[in-house]
Amino acid sequence: MSRLSHQNVELAQEIISRYPIKKSALIPLLHLAQEQDGYVADDAMAHIAELCDVTPAEVVGTCSFYEMFKRHPTGTYLVNVCTNISCMLLGGEELLRHVEDTLGVRHGGTTDDGAFTVEDYECIAACTEAPCLQVNYRYFPRITHDEFDELVADLRAGKRTDIPPHGTLGRVRQHIPAAKLAGVVPPDQVDGAPVWLANSEGEAANG
Amino acid sequence: MTDTADTAEGIAITVNGQAVEARTGELLIDACERNGVYIPRFCYHPRMTPVGMCRMCLVEVDTGRGAALQPSCMLTCAPDMVVETESDLTKKAQDGVLEFLLINHPLDCPICDKGGECPLQDQTMAYGPGESRFVEEKRHYEKPIPINDNVYLDRERCILCDRCTRFAKEVAGDPLIHFQGRGNGTEVNTFPDEPFASYFSGNTVQICPVGALTAKPYRFKARPWDLEEVESTATIDSVGSRIVIQSSRNKVLRYLGVDSDAVNWGWLGDRERFSFEALNSELRLTEPLIASGEGHRVTTWSAALGAAADAIAKTPASRVAAIGGARLTNEAQYVWAKLLKDVIGTDHVDAQLGDGLPADLVLGLPRATIADACRPGGTIVLCGPDPKESLGALYLRLRHAVIEDGATLIELTPRSTGLSALAAHTLHPRPGELGALARALVAGTTDDVAGVSGAAIGAAHQAIAAGGPVTVLLGRASAAESAAVVAEAAAALSNIDDVGFLSTLTRGNVHGALDMGLAPGLLPGRQRLGAGIPRGWTSVPSETGLDSTGILTAAVAGEVDALILLGADPLRDFPDRHLAEQAFDAVDTVVAVDTLPTDSVAAADIVLAAAATTEVAGTFTNLEGRLSALAQKVTPPGTARPDWIIAAELALALGGDLAIQSLDDVWTELAAMSPVHAAIDPAAAAERDGVLVTGTIDYTPVEQGELPAKDAYALRLVSVRAMYDQGSSLAASPSSAGLHREPVLALHAADFEKLGVSAGDEVSVTSARGGVTLAVQSDPGVPRGSAVMVSHLGGPDPYDLIDTTTLVTEVLVERA
Ligand code: SF4
Ligand code: FES
Ligand code: FES
Repeated sequence: MSRLSHQNVELAQEIISRYPIKKSALIPLLHLAQEQDGYVADDAMAHIAELCDVTPAEVVGTCSFYEMFKRHPTGTYLVNVCTNISCMLLGGEELLRHVEDTLGVRHGGTTDDGAFTVEDYECIAACTEAPCLQVNYRYFPRITHDEFDELVADLRAGKRTDIPPHGTLGRVRQHIPAAKLAGVVPPDQVDGAPVWLANSEGEAANG
Repeated sequence: MTDTADTAEGIAITVNGQAVEARTGELLIDACERNGVYIPRFCYHPRMTPVGMCRMCLVEVDTGRGAALQPSCMLTCAPDMVVETESDLTKKAQDGVLEFLLINHPLDCPICDKGGECPLQDQTMAYGPGESRFVEEKRHYEKPIPINDNVYLDRERCILCDRCTRFAKEVAGDPLIHFQGRGNGTEVNTFPDEPFASYFSGNTVQICPVGALTAKPYRFKARPWDLEEVESTATIDSVGSRIVIQSSRNKVLRYLGVDSDAVNWGWLGDRERFSFEALNSELRLTEPLIASGEGHRVTTWSAALGAAADAIAKTPASRVAAIGGARLTNEAQYVWAKLLKDVIGTDHVDAQLGDGLPADLVLGLPRATIADACRPGGTIVLCGPDPKESLGALYLRLRHAVIEDGATLIELTPRSTGLSALAAHTLHPRPGELGALARALVAGTTDDVAGVSGAAIGAAHQAIAAGGPVTVLLGRASAAESAAVVAEAAAALSNIDDVGFLSTLTRGNVHGALDMGLAPGLLPGRQRLGAGIPRGWTSVPSETGLDSTGILTAAVAGEVDALILLGADPLRDFPDRHLAEQAFDAVDTVVAVDTLPTDSVAAADIVLAAAATTEVAGTFTNLEGRLSALAQKVTPPGTARPDWIIAAELALALGGDLAIQSLDDVWTELAAMSPVHAAIDPAAAAERDGVLVTGTIDYTPVEQGELPAKDAYALRLVSVRAMYDQGSSLAASPSSAGLHREPVLALHAADFEKLGVSAGDEVSVTSARGGVTLAVQSDPGVPRGSAVMVSHLGGPDPYDLIDTTTLVTEVLVERA
């Protein structure tokens, strides 16, 4: 969809400044793009490439390694239904079918209103709680079909403020004041103790 | 590496029970190969960083802790290593690796272009299991996808060796292809809708160990076993990259790069790689032509040569002139030089077209080789055209020198280049003031000079003064700036201690032409006209003649009656096209010897169809002065003839006799008359690295003269060339024809306001010579006060603006 917004470019620049090599900021910037649009748009990757002095191909090379960076428009709520062995034995596939029927899309698809994307998922490491699904990576263990319908109703009604839209990384944005930066330098330019060490020693002395 | 074994004698290791000596720091895979033990491999390439991707090179290595399988491409030889490349364990590993590689690789060899020359196919036969236990479904992809205009990718064939992607990033610096979807579905691909736009993309096709990457010009054209091949030299630019010419049924189908240590390291630019297409073009001149009505009609060789001889014979020698010759082999250049300067007796001969440098500058300054320029820790002063746009294979060597070998690059160029990102110091003098900048650089001035800050000059001076070898890449960066300006800079730079000059004249065999005397005032063998009559010759012109600018100017003044063009197209390539046009109108007879129908051929009275580079044998001299062999692979089309035979027959038609029956005769004569060729065995040119012709002529610096005061409203024009343009041989190569960009006028953003224009506006650009209208673009690589245009793009062209009689061309830019 889009390049990074003006506000996000400022944030991106701050993030880049934390690393001795711009390219190191790729993953946080991809998260930023996903937070902005709910997925990582091609234009956003091209924009990140410009900001980090790499080519878009290098950005997509990094981005495409990570399953959790979505490269296509994704619903506000991403529903991952586990159908791996434990869940399958305890009704995971039936749950998936119910989710598909309720939301009216096959797994891999997104509802027309852009609210839900359904995925058929591999084990999410909650086998003792099977069948299990996630909404934006929040767990719903031993979930029944009725409970799922209720969850959908609540989400649509905006009652689940504990589940932020897909792409939101943390609800509190980390901000590192300049004085607290780790002060990393490229390995070939290291000429003394790291800044953070001096900082923390200073703190220890003061406190 | 332990210090004890790190001696000059090398490192003693044991390979398959034999004692072998490895070099310090040598990789095991290389040490074994050098000693006759070939270890199979896919990902390892001697010109790129080893990455250990494919595991095909696993061998059993015992370093004292027991034998274990190790990838020999990632292992540096250490003392007393015991290596087994043929043990059961090694064989089992090879067998296993191949079985794994073949899990996803389709068995479509019968329809794959690589079949017959495929490392995967060959190594599977030699080391593989012969049978697969894999019965499941293989990967499938849309096939093939174009990753740029010339290269196709069949992803399911890829074995993920990382060669193409490594080449793109490491060697070419264009990381536009990358592994994507790493994991079970790893594939090589570009960013969506962003092609692998690299001038060097064809190399990935050559090094791909499977048929995943194929080049459009060769796809489905032949089978490797149908090809005949011969080693030769690429002639499209002056680097002279070593190549293999492959043909089938008398048609050249492919060039491959050959690893010459001295020159191109196996790489080719795409323009070089696909340049054979122009030779196969339908457009080729195949018969002699003679003017008839508005056009030409086909005639016989005797009629054409007779007509040319008549025109020349009735003209006094001082009114005959010749332009061109850089397309020719050294031998043909020699024969033409002898015809022109001895039989005809004119010295109005110039292989360059007003866009080069004076011959005595190129031949007189101490010369450097590519290897000299790329010496680890050396300093490179770029004072010429952008190597990335003009001399692709040289660009790759320079890039490597700066990135890998710590060479320091200083740019003295009129605008940024493809190397600017790697340059330690980038100084852009105002056009015409290069000499002043060079003097300041050598002296270490701290004042602002030529629009460059004193601080920047001082910093660059430090880099030069720090010592170490300095190589100046000397050429003509801008056709709108007189060669005298470059000469002035060269004179200043020649004062640096231990400096060498590597010429970056770009046109084909132009350095051969200078060596063979196709320049005013010169005779073959880097000798001046005054040196007396060479052995084997009967006479030489009594006075030094004119260069191309002089010839065309004299023609306009009615002082030239017969003009011979040796593969030259002054109407297109002479920087002042108006002058060239007027000259053509004024000359009685124009004789063009050429391979393709250029503008100048169309305007010629007599056209002699010449054989092209793959159709003649001989030698080529590259920008270092390196002699290398050209091999004939196919026969010329129609009745086209080698240039030297045309010269010999024209001599006969003129009643003279060159006494040259064969190319051997040329070398016998050259050995007798040329001090620089006397000691050279022409057979040595056939060696992979060729042989250097050394020796300079004496040279006296000439001053450029006073630069006119800058008009406050004017900008100074900079005219550069791009890798792809509408030049005649590129236009005749389908793979390259569509790759040129649109012409624009590039300015520094700060000049926009002054001129009252904004990006994208159509502007009119006018000089004393003429005017053009085109879009304007802001370009941070252009210094303030300069206006940069690329020539030969078709459409608005700086060659319609340039006045070659002035040091710089000033232009007025206004909103159209
Ligand atoms: S396309 Fe060819 S060169 Fe590139 S990674 Fe695949 S096999 Fe290697
Ligand atoms: S199988 Fe479903 S969480 Fe492990
Ligand atoms: S050649 Fe050594 S791992 Fe590929």
